[in-house]
Amino acid sequence: MPVVYSSIIEEHQTVRKEVGVFDISHMGQVFVSGRSSTSWLNRMLGNDVASLEVGNAHYTFLLNEEGGVIDDLILYRLGDKNYLLVVNASKIEEDLDWLQKHGEEGVEILNDSSEWAGMAIQGRKACEAYFGASGGRTLPKRNGVDDLSLEGSRFIVCRTGYTGEDGFELFCPKSMASQWWEGFLAEGVKPCGLGSRDSLRLEMCYPLNGNDLTPERTPLEAGLGFFVALGKDEFVGGEALRKQKKEGLKKRLVAIEVTERGAPPRAGYPVLSENGEALGNLSSGGISPCSQKGIGLAYLPVASAKIGTKLAIEIRGKKISAQVVKKPFYKK
Amino acid sequence: MTAPDKLHYTRDHEWVRLEGEIATIGITDHAQEELSDVVFVELPDLGDIDVGSPVAVVESVKAASDIYTPIAGEIIEINMDLVADPAKINTDPYEGGWIFKIRVSDPTQVNNLMDASSYIASVR
Repeated sequence: MPVVYSSIIEEHQTVRKEVGVFDISHMGQVFVSGRSSTSWLNRMLGNDVASLEVGNAHYTFLLNEEGGVIDDLILYRLGDKNYLLVVNASKIEEDLDWLQKHGEEGVEILNDSSEWAGMAIQGRKACEAYFGASGGRTLPKRNGVDDLSLEGSRFIVCRTGYTGEDGFELFCPKSMASQWWEGFLAEGVKPCGLGSRDSLRLEMCYPLNGNDLTPERTPLEAGLGFFVALGKDEFVGGEALRKQKKEGLKKRLVAIEVTERGAPPRAGYPVLSENGEALGNLSSGGISPCSQKGIGLAYLPVASAKIGTKLAIEIRGKKISAQVVKKPFYKK
Repeated sequence: MTAPDKLHYTRDHEWVRLEGEIATIGITDHAQEELSDVVFVELPDLGDIDVGSPVAVVESVKAASDIYTPIAGEIIEINMDLVADPAKINTDPYEGGWIFKIRVSDPTQVNNLMDASSYIASVR
């Protein structure tokens, strides 16, 4: 998928105001089935699989024993013992190795990533676009999953996304991808690239794996404890997370907004206290196309993580002032 | 992309317009297309500068790009309009989007640069 088709800012605004489509064929599709699939997945993933109803999806984590994030993913419950894990492209192999290492009897794991294409249609007009392109179908409710076929070819739709707008993600066999893509374009949906996908998710403070989520950071530190069911039976990483919660967090992923004119903050730039003490580094950064302000995320010591805390970001040796703000950056 | 005939070009996608001993420098249409959405320009300081020194930074939504001076001399003027409207680099790269002006130490330096047709050929 290209970084940009026309202009990142234009594509960003198209999604915020109308509807855009992202090619997300790079993402991985791992199917899990078998009589033990539910209990096994519930041990392998952070969120509570048992409470996920058939025909629904939820955001969840593959964690290591220390509670660090191997991958963040969407788990689709297609049937009672039939699941689809939509995982990050860069993590397909690592996820599979981890899952297979922990595999057990009664669980079948199938990496079908090379057979599937995917697209995310995002924006307030996504419903109409789906209706037009699918021959009159309506979208499932938020987080709902439909496993359907069009002209004898399977496709899976989930009403979810990574932009903060209404919309859905659709996966289909590769051979059907261009037909779907053209179908959406014919409905007036504009193609959008990776650049706007990143600026849209950053405005919403949705984490990017590899930047904001790493094996050294836990979902609790990332502020995503809502998606981890600490109260369920034992799961990989659960013990470490319960311990971390009990002892209290040392760092938190905070939203930082630049408060003066300056160069865009970018991932890796140092974050300093008002007095110039090094606190951490931005894990993501950029310009918000909606507010025109510099925005970023960083893991900071909890003492510096309070909303309103004055900070500085160091950009090529210059310090520009910034502060901790409430998540998300973009509010409708 | 466009590349006006009268200008001189570098492999780093800068253009140079030499008028007497004053060279005006900016980035090419091709460069602005590649960057897309310029949101900030860090302008150079005035004063003497050697060939190949990084003098400015053009930042798009996508990335930060260093701008090197292709000509030695003294930077005598910077385009303050870019502070308020950095996107001029996108909309008008060869006129309103100029970045800095140099009083060149030796005008024959431009002979080391490409003409428009060589530049166009180099990016195709």
